[in-house]
Amino acid sequence: MSKDMMPGFELYQPDTVDGAVDLLGRYGGEAWALAGGNDSLDWFKDRVKRPQYVVDLTGLDELRGIREMEDGGVEIGAMTTLTEIETSALIQERYSVLADSARRVASPQIRNASTIGGNVCQDTRCWYYRYGVDCYRAGGNECYADTPEGQNREHCLWGADRCIAVTPSDTAPALVALDARMVVRNADGDREVAAEEFFIGPDIDIERMTVLEPGDVLTAIRIPADWAGARFYFEKVADRNTWDFPLVNIAAAMFVEGDTVQRIRIVAGAVQCIPRRLTAVEAAVTGQPKNEATAGVAGQTAVRGATPFNFNHFKIPLLQNLVTRAIRDA
Amino acid sequence: MSDKNPVTGPESYPEPRFDDGALTQVASTKASRRQFIKGVIASGAVASSGAVFLTACGPGEEPAATASAGGVERLLSLNINGQVRRVDVLPNETLAMTLRYKLNLTGTKLGCDRGECGACTVLLDDEAHYSCSTLTHAAKNKAITTIEGLESESGELHPVQQAMIDELGPQCGFCTPGQIMSAVALLTANPNPTRDEARLAMSGNLCRCGAYDNYLNSVMRAAEMA
Repeated sequence: MSKDMMPGFELYQPDTVDGAVDLLGRYGGEAWALAGGNDSLDWFKDRVKRPQYVVDLTGLDELRGIREMEDGGVEIGAMTTLTEIETSALIQERYSVLADSARRVASPQIRNASTIGGNVCQDTRCWYYRYGVDCYRAGGNECYADTPEGQNREHCLWGADRCIAVTPSDTAPALVALDARMVVRNADGDREVAAEEFFIGPDIDIERMTVLEPGDVLTAIRIPADWAGARFYFEKVADRNTWDFPLVNIAAAMFVEGDTVQRIRIVAGAVQCIPRRLTAVEAAVTGQPKNEATAGVAGQTAVRGATPFNFNHFKIPLLQNLVTRAIRDA
Repeated sequence: MSDKNPVTGPESYPEPRFDDGALTQVASTKASRRQFIKGVIASGAVASSGAVFLTACGPGEEPAATASAGGVERLLSLNINGQVRRVDVLPNETLAMTLRYKLNLTGTKLGCDRGECGACTVLLDDEAHYSCSTLTHAAKNKAITTIEGLESESGELHPVQQAMIDELGPQCGFCTPGQIMSAVALLTANPNPTRDEARLAMSGNLCRCGAYDNYLNSVMRAAEMA
């Protein structure tokens, strides 16, 4: 493997978030917001993405930290590292599903550098796309994964629309399950976007994974008090226990009274371009006793309508089992 | 540093000069292949991958960053192993590059250069980080510790280093500096880890010899010694 330099760029290290927003707004599509760097530097080294201007956000202390909000929820700065989230007593106590998902990301060194904002904004891992071919997502006219010989073991079960890549994030399903709000700043000010709407599929824009446009910065993630202290479940299945991206992951939050499921949100990752909220499962389980039979029905419900490609049929029983376990063991 | 700061552009600051004058000079005068190789041997510090690095940022290919105004100052004071080192750093330079090819701290190894093997692990403020996936400019306010900085002033090995020898931790040794840095980070944060905690802390370092259990034995021995 080549050990030469990545191509040159101009590096900015602004002092304030507004300074960063100003720079990113000024340079638009030529600029790149750099967080932990684990996704970004790979792109640069492979010369697939070649921004002219890189805005390093690592020095912005106002984007770091975990704070309690007045309504009892929690606000997490976008540049808070995954290690900080994984070890935060507040997150462990109220939203352990998020701590559990952060703990399963990559390796200790990567969690020390990677941020929650970077983790949810990272690009997909489809290897054709990352290799730099001119696929749909890269602005071209073909999907190399969706061909008879295409290696699509890691690809989607739902939401294919020219592109069949999936969300690679472990924390994103947890955030959608917790009904988190993403705070986005640009030159016009702050806006809040529900985590569920923050992620977008190829049907909305094939070249982006999130609603962020050039000039936008994700500054914080707010988790409402609603789901604090719920019963949680997170499980990730990957080829390796370290480093690897999920084949399928599952995040669930539920309140149970007596043995009846009162409220539930359950979200699967790596089966669609966006974290897939399993609303059919939620409907099937709500008001039902939390037992083996309900869990079994939930698993069957979860995989209805799944459309596999040549090499990813295994994801169907995998998802079914994960959902069954989530309902049974949460 | 504010984005409004003036730049130190190429007109006011000279291009980086590498210690290996022999290499660039010989190469540019189109001398014979043999002389070229002699030059490389004479300069000593440059490995084969270093030569690629020099080509990529030498006078032939001017990085875009120096072409126009804006951005970071290139002359940095880095806090490395307790010393302040002044070094000229390109905006697109990783910490592993700076350590190995500018500061000659070649104990830090480059394996994959993609954050997938752990050979380049160093400590930033006592936390383990992949130096191949860290921009040097992003580490300028941190205390950087490399494998060279573990030995005490009297030349005594760090307990983890000693334990690696006592337990025959390494086999080929290439991944060892990274393994040691991960172990040091673990024992700083948690002086009495369980074997499973140690396994988790060391999980970001690959060993192609498969000496994982020997490394774990070493870490547990170091925890007892310290």
